[in-house]
Amino acid sequence: MPDDDIRVGVDIGGTFTDVALAHPGGIATAKILTDYTAPEQAILDGMTLAAREAGVALGAIVQVIHGTTLVTNALIERQGAKTAFITTEGFRDVIEMRSENRFEQYDLNLELPKPLVPRQHRFTLPERIAADGTVLRPLDARDVTAMVDAIRDGGFDAVAIGLIHAYANDAHEQQMAQALQAAAPDLALSISSVISPQMRELPRFNTVIANAYVQPLVAAYLGRLVTRLGEIGVGAPVFMLHSGGGLISVETAAAQPVRLLESGPAGGAIFAADYARAHGLTQVLSFDMGGTTAKICLIEDGRPKTASAFEVARTYRFKKGSGMTVSTPVVEMVEIGAGGGSIASIDQMGRLQVGPRSAGSAPGPACYGRGGKEPTVTDANLLLGRLDPDSFAGGHIALYPEKATQAADRLQLSAQDAAFGITELVDENMANAARVHAVENGRDIEHYTMVAFGGGAPLHACRLCEKLGISALIIPPGAGVGSALGFLKAPFSFEAARGLFQRLDAFEPATVNAAVSEMAAEANAFVDAGARGVERTTKLTAMMRYAGQGWEIPVILPHRAFTAEDIAMIQAAFETAYRTLFGRVIDGLAVEITNWRVTVSTKLPPVAPAERFDSGAEVAAIGTRRFFDTALRQTVDAREVPREALKPGLRVDGPAIIVETDTSTIVTSAFSAIGQGDGCLRLIRKEPAR
Amino acid sequence: MKPPTGIDYQIMWNRLIAVVEEQATTLIRTAFSTSVREAGDLSAGLFDEDGRMMAQAVTGTPGHVNAMAESVTHFAARFGPQETFDGDVFVTNDPWHGTGHLHDFTMVTPVFRNGRHIGYFASTAHVVDIGGRGFGPDGQEVFEEGLLIPITKFADRGEVHPLLIELIRANVRTPDQSVGDLYSLAACNAAGERRLHAMMDEFGIDDLAGLSEFILETSRDATRAAIAQVPDGVYRNTMEVDGYDAPVRMAVTLTIAGAHLTADFAGTSGPSRFGVNVPEVYTRAYACYGLKCAIAPLVPNNTGSLEPFDITAPAGSILAAKRPAPVSTRHVLGHLVPDVILGALHQALPGVVPAEGASSLWNVQISARASDPDSGLPGREILMFNSGGTGARPAHDGLSATAFPSGVSTMSVEATEHVGPIVVWRKDLRAGSGGAGAQRGGLGQVIEIEARAGYDLYVNAMFERVAHPARGRAGGGPGAAGRVELSDGTPLKSKGRQKVANGQRLRLSLPGGGGHGDPKARARDAVARDIAAGFISAQTAKTEYGYDE
Repeated sequence: MPDDDIRVGVDIGGTFTDVALAHPGGIATAKILTDYTAPEQAILDGMTLAAREAGVALGAIVQVIHGTTLVTNALIERQGAKTAFITTEGFRDVIEMRSENRFEQYDLNLELPKPLVPRQHRFTLPERIAADGTVLRPLDARDVTAMVDAIRDGGFDAVAIGLIHAYANDAHEQQMAQALQAAAPDLALSISSVISPQMRELPRFNTVIANAYVQPLVAAYLGRLVTRLGEIGVGAPVFMLHSGGGLISVETAAAQPVRLLESGPAGGAIFAADYARAHGLTQVLSFDMGGTTAKICLIEDGRPKTASAFEVARTYRFKKGSGMTVSTPVVEMVEIGAGGGSIASIDQMGRLQVGPRSAGSAPGPACYGRGGKEPTVTDANLLLGRLDPDSFAGGHIALYPEKATQAADRLQLSAQDAAFGITELVDENMANAARVHAVENGRDIEHYTMVAFGGGAPLHACRLCEKLGISALIIPPGAGVGSALGFLKAPFSFEAARGLFQRLDAFEPATVNAAVSEMAAEANAFVDAGARGVERTTKLTAMMRYAGQGWEIPVILPHRAFTAEDIAMIQAAFETAYRTLFGRVIDGLAVEITNWRVTVSTKLPPVAPAERFDSGAEVAAIGTRRFFDTALRQTVDAREVPREALKPGLRVDGPAIIVETDTSTIVTSAFSAIGQGDGCLRLIRKEPAR
Repeated sequence: MKPPTGIDYQIMWNRLIAVVEEQATTLIRTAFSTSVREAGDLSAGLFDEDGRMMAQAVTGTPGHVNAMAESVTHFAARFGPQETFDGDVFVTNDPWHGTGHLHDFTMVTPVFRNGRHIGYFASTAHVVDIGGRGFGPDGQEVFEEGLLIPITKFADRGEVHPLLIELIRANVRTPDQSVGDLYSLAACNAAGERRLHAMMDEFGIDDLAGLSEFILETSRDATRAAIAQVPDGVYRNTMEVDGYDAPVRMAVTLTIAGAHLTADFAGTSGPSRFGVNVPEVYTRAYACYGLKCAIAPLVPNNTGSLEPFDITAPAGSILAAKRPAPVSTRHVLGHLVPDVILGALHQALPGVVPAEGASSLWNVQISARASDPDSGLPGREILMFNSGGTGARPAHDGLSATAFPSGVSTMSVEATEHVGPIVVWRKDLRAGSGGAGAQRGGLGQVIEIEARAGYDLYVNAMFERVAHPARGRAGGGPGAAGRVELSDGTPLKSKGRQKVANGQRLRLSLPGGGGHGDPKARARDAVARDIAAGFISAQTAKTEYGYDE
């Protein structure tokens, strides 16, 4: 894509629809309230505003890149199509029985989330495929015909088919699908061996059902969007950002909408990854803090870390296990209920607690004066002097410190203690989540650089670094529309996956080579839809484990034809990956491969390296503010500096507050901030961390 | 640095819970045992220098969680200050000093700071194999159930004991995995230790005394205050269950007097000849768990929050088994303890306590063996965790096919069929099995398993509530009893090793939970929904729920 092309990224979030338009003169942005009844309207309005600001014609746009939380919302709010599920006899209740555990140990009144498809809409076929793909019980054509009738009589808009071991042999799923297609061509149809051909029935069934459930809605929305764009003169192709952080065509997205679930947050991770590359950083922790939640993601070698499954629509305080696990490629993120709106309360033991309940944007924090009575993180930041009541959000939102004080009084602590406790606890919660995430990935977080964005991040990032032992932090410019900007940096990519169970000592190169070629061809075809002829990379991942273990680890292997001689190389690659994660290997145990993944991505253009400064002349302060430095447990005199004054190579030592229209960056006493060539702030610990 | 304030202590408490969570995560990630990795059968915690538990990971299952809290005091008693050194790691799998059976190893690492002993990290995990007869109820003395390692040093000042490792390796079927799990336990304690020191650096403290006092006192006070809310009185309950070869009576007397609570299991049956006996520590763990859920669910687990629950069982009874009683499957009766004690508590707190449930996990332990020993087909071991229905709650239906009180998860059927030569033909909800009530009991499930060509199956049955279904509460009906049989209807025993020959199918019908309240008072739309979903038949709706549309 030439640099002077006009491209636009659009992110529909829960509150705002963000537009970022890249043009030869720079970037124009717009922020519009999300319109739930006609989401495409906010896109049209935002694009029109941004194009006007940039002084370009809408017809000059050559590419529209879109990501949205609408798919996730449809799942959370159960607003999808009337869906039928067809499965193997004896397995009607897999999605209702879930993992048979309780995600909260001590709650006697725990309720489990309801399945997307109620039991009376789940149908079974007398058939069975074995683990090795052989047919144990053939599927009789008469049973297929009877099923077609049952589905037709049920008045369904969408059908999902998920049969046991269909990843190993899709014949019965195909037989059923073809019969349905012939009889009811208008029915939205999703089959598990296409949508998620991987071992483990619960996530595979969840995934194919979620896909069917949202498909009519998403297809209709995307169709409307393309039409309406055409009407206002935007004839450019529309591409969607998928959860794995790459672009797919709008047609692919309409057929496999389950791939879009995390597209907005993935954009944020790509935004951070782009700065990681520009600054030559191989190990980055991205930290995105908004009004309700904080998201944390590891970025290694310039790419966000991905996973093959995640949990969507958590119903209970963001708690692990309270949602629905779907297996689709995703940028791996930890999301916790910690944001500016997070509410503080006192528990049964008189202990202060923060979040996950949030005051959101309505009524919002108490200090907004819009009726919020409970103390929030934003109220605490105001009381600690970290926010300027007179110039919050560029002076557009007035803040009322006395209302924050009144709210803090409800905690029966002094305002100072309450505010200190609230911010310290919310920072603890975020730091703890980041540490556990690092441990789960076998990583040592101290050596990472943090890239912080989102409205709340610059207020908290420095303290978070202190808690995590991180000594360098980057705060990019334009962080308010980070996801939409990230969309513009995303490659075209597609990940194909296959369940193919083998013990390494019985490795069959021919079978694996055939499956890998098939996956590569599938992935390339999807990438061709948006980027025909563009140079690309292919990544091959084997999911491997010791025999008897429950979970696999990803092992990256060279993408080439294998021979029997490669067993030793694959074993060595597995052991290296295992040692990285767990610190040791176990001799004498057999090794298994369960699933394969092939990811094809277009090569990213090289990023212009940012001009980096480690120190520089001190910039003059425009004033002095006092804020509470948590690590020192005392209020300090801080230099106040406007962000635009921190030109490349200029420095301010903490304690300092760097102010800009949307937010403020707190530089604690332990850090210095230095302006960088690309407009980033770089915060460096004054002395090396202990 | 100023001395810590109340807020500082709160923040540190919060951090400690994250530290032990990280400790548990390290264990889950590195353990070999399926039940640890997939099912969360583990525990991890921090203790002060007197062996009092300060924080515990919320990950884990109650039998481990509460039992480990007691365990560390045994270690502290065995190794006094003169024998405790930096770099030491202690270990045991003694059922009476650990968590109730030989499969569970507990490891304790003393923590030193500036040369002074300040506390311990401890962790527990269920290992794949410990020799003996394997996991099952058929042993008649603990000696048959495998190798017992008394409280000893796994590592002495950083040096792992080679003899101990050799001894374990020589006595178990899976030496690499069982020993590997011991190293995982030691590693997770070490991970906790690093984080603890980082926290103590940050807050400028050199010992845990002040923090421990704060945590334990706050938790004790909150728990006592919650107990004081329960009406005073003496409440009794008995429950009869299947046992191995003879019914077992479980009895409890619960006494609440102000902020004091005692529970005594006097009146409970004597020991079994088979491995369903329960060491007292495990009885206490589950009794305490049941009470805590109902009385003080939000108080974090530590010695302060556990202490106010004073629980005893008569020595030598089936709930306080003495050496050398066999205890391998102590979970079977242990999981039923909350039902007994909650039945007593219900008299004090109607409207809080659920009806009885299936409660006891239906662990399916299968050995697949070649039908023709000369065929060369390798043998395989398969373990599945499965749950029946939970009891209906006063304001909610019971949960179908969900573990309570255990905290474990089931495994994927597709993954299980890759582990061994079996076909699971069915794993589905069991229609009609939930006890009738204003709130319906949770449904059990039906599982059908057959050997693939060339194999026979041997099942170590350890299934409860076959002769004694879960009772309803407050007018609710009982859940359906469990059934163990071949798919042609031939009954099998509910306990002990039995053969399922090639061509036969094992059928397990797991029990449902009891109902709560009068079924006639059930909301009519809820009855209609149950009929539509096939959870109850139209006939049941009519006869039991008085529903006719």
